[in-house]
Amino acid sequence: MTHASCHDPAPVRDPVPARPHLVLAGNPNVGKTTLFNALTGSSAKVSNYPGITVEAASGELTLPGGRIAELHDLPGTYSTNARSAEEQIALDAVVGLDGAPTPDAVIVCIDATQVARAAYLLLQCQELGARCVVALTMVDEAAGAAPSARALAAVLGCEVVAVTARTRHGLDELRAAVDRVLRSERRPLWHWQPGPALRARLDAVREALPASWRSATRYGAPLPAADDALALWALTCIEPRTGGADDDELEVPDALRAAVVAEPAPRDDEAVLARWAWLDREIPPLIQKPPDRSRTERIDRILLHRVVGFAAFLGVMTVLFMSLFWWAAPVMDAIDQGFKWTGDQLHGVLGDGVLTDFLVQGVIGGVGAVMVFLPQILLLFLFLGFLEDCGYLARVAYLMDRIMRSMNLHGRAFVPMLSGFACAVPAIMATRTMERRRDRILTMMVVPLMTCSARLPVYTLVIGALIPGSRWVQGLLMVGMYLFSVVTALIAAWVMSKTVKPLKAKRLPFVIELPPYRFPRLGGVLRMMWGKSSMFLREAGTVILACSIALWALLYFPRSEPTPAPDAGALVTQAARDDAQATALADQAHQLEHSYGGRLGHAIEPAISPLGFDWKIGVGIIGAFAAREVFVSTLGIVYAVGTDADSHSEPLRVALRDARDAGGKRAYPPLVGLSLMIFFALACQCMSTLAVVRRETGGLRWPVFLFAYMTVLAWITSFCVYQGGRLLGFG
Amino acid sequence: MVSTLAETPLGRAVKVHAVDGSRAFRRRLLEMGLVPGTPVRIVTVAPLGDPLRIEVRGGQWSIRRAEAAQIQVLAR
Repeated sequence: MTHASCHDPAPVRDPVPARPHLVLAGNPNVGKTTLFNALTGSSAKVSNYPGITVEAASGELTLPGGRIAELHDLPGTYSTNARSAEEQIALDAVVGLDGAPTPDAVIVCIDATQVARAAYLLLQCQELGARCVVALTMVDEAAGAAPSARALAAVLGCEVVAVTARTRHGLDELRAAVDRVLRSERRPLWHWQPGPALRARLDAVREALPASWRSATRYGAPLPAADDALALWALTCIEPRTGGADDDELEVPDALRAAVVAEPAPRDDEAVLARWAWLDREIPPLIQKPPDRSRTERIDRILLHRVVGFAAFLGVMTVLFMSLFWWAAPVMDAIDQGFKWTGDQLHGVLGDGVLTDFLVQGVIGGVGAVMVFLPQILLLFLFLGFLEDCGYLARVAYLMDRIMRSMNLHGRAFVPMLSGFACAVPAIMATRTMERRRDRILTMMVVPLMTCSARLPVYTLVIGALIPGSRWVQGLLMVGMYLFSVVTALIAAWVMSKTVKPLKAKRLPFVIELPPYRFPRLGGVLRMMWGKSSMFLREAGTVILACSIALWALLYFPRSEPTPAPDAGALVTQAARDDAQATALADQAHQLEHSYGGRLGHAIEPAISPLGFDWKIGVGIIGAFAAREVFVSTLGIVYAVGTDADSHSEPLRVALRDARDAGGKRAYPPLVGLSLMIFFALACQCMSTLAVVRRETGGLRWPVFLFAYMTVLAWITSFCVYQGGRLLGFG
Repeated sequence: MVSTLAETPLGRAVKVHAVDGSRAFRRRLLEMGLVPGTPVRIVTVAPLGDPLRIEVRGGQWSIRRAEAAQIQVLAR
């Protein structure tokens, strides 16, 4: 029935290492993560593969006898034939290429309702010479349709253990099976034989494999069949050089590429068809009856219905969106107040001084700036966890694909973009629900254009202070800003997918599985929610805190002697109600103007004056880097109306309305207000967004690109609005 | 008679004859099990007219119309 390859290798028996290295492979939606969590318990850690946006989870697994093994969860893939970052990782991890350690054993998850398709990945692992153990998952769901583990093991030629992670059934057997397989010989297993022509090609390409790829190096003993499998992979995946720096091109030695492209006919179809022919012959007899999808079908009849389904979709999205806005808001306010209160208490204890200001405004303020994101992140991932787990997120992609595709976005980009209306930080973290890196990064690049809730105070202030007209006009302008952001984000996605090389749409099929509906597991959802949040605090949070402190210092130093008001001239006119207070406020204003940040505001004035902005707005823009709404309180200081100014405070509105430039004209006519709003809509004025993009993409390249393109876009658009408006006589 | 999956009426049982398109595209679909001879059926069309929900090997996938047009099918 099953037999080893035609090259019968000498048995290879390397001693079991002290800390075996295991990987967990499988298709998407086969319950791999649940199994991983059940096997590793609390030792699991989630992080990113270095330099790329693919999540890596690893943890410890205790084998019988107390030996601890390291278990690495791979991204869900259907095949090891690298076309995406995920598949490349799967191949590297299974084989031990590109710096990845050679695994001592591979656990392959096979979904009992989809045995043949899931077993395809197993065949590739077996050909490559991995020691494989199959974890047969979803047995409870497959019910009578599940094959018996014993019969499946006999056919597949490796150990098969039925597991139910939820009830922990089969976990000990799986550990025992892993322990046994670790002591076994490494023996590549081919369930099919290449024809003579493919055989000849494999022999030729195998000779060109670099030494570090060969089994003699990786496994410590030559296994020609395992080398054949890598040669087959090379034949399948390596393309002739296209000339330019094609992002798709694999990094392979020139000699290997030359051997692969020496003959035009790749003959790789033969392998795929032969594997499937074998699977279609061997697997169906083991399956008693087709798996029952009737429950899923009944639910889909409603949720994917033309009218009802769409209404249900809008309902789900409305709840998600409103919860981010309204449920999170009181908690965020409470966090804000809590940190303010702590700061006040500390101020009371320490008294005035630079150290106090550093601790209160810099450190406590900075920690508060990080913590304030938590409610939205927790809520969003609670929702996403449930939607993903029950299978609805795949349906969102199905329902929205038509719209998102027209902008070359993934159907699943819908939820992150919607979340972007609340805050770009959790929205960018939510791009992880997309499988392909290119889709994730493109979405990350446009999410910050959505009108987040931090822009709202800025718009409210500007519209209230500078835009004349009835409440209706002002309200419509606010709606207009939202529409503007959606349209810009969609256009930006389209333009970038056409022009920015790594973001170009690849010709990979957009095939997504619509998994059966399943009951979400609260434990798993909470675990993921906590995992993402703690990762945010650890990795993005520290950067945000550091930036907050740096920004505080920028606007605080150097300290200068308090000077009496007259110097500040126009700045105090509106605040001259109460002398003592006015002097204090004027001091603050003076201090800010002469801080490094204030000087920077002056320094950038030539760059922003074509947009209609003076240095005071420049300082506000710099301050807004901490968070956009800080623009309002920074202007509050500049105009000496106090730090507590909010977007509804009348003194600040009056100050802005009455501000005069050197020539005595209104400093901020309505046109400047519009230009300012456009600038805030488009510029990436948010260090937290940049910090989280850096964290998610694993490098500086994308945050720098994001900042650069948005700033340029904002400047040009504001320039056109302001200068165009002046030409038309609105100045 | 060969036609494409995109032209197949809703619910009609057909089987895969061949998969066209770029090498990477073909291989992905083949590796997912859409090999010649595999029964396939369009279950529903998304409310906005695209993509299609198809049934293959006891599972369901969402596939774009343009991609379904690359899949040649035969009546079953």
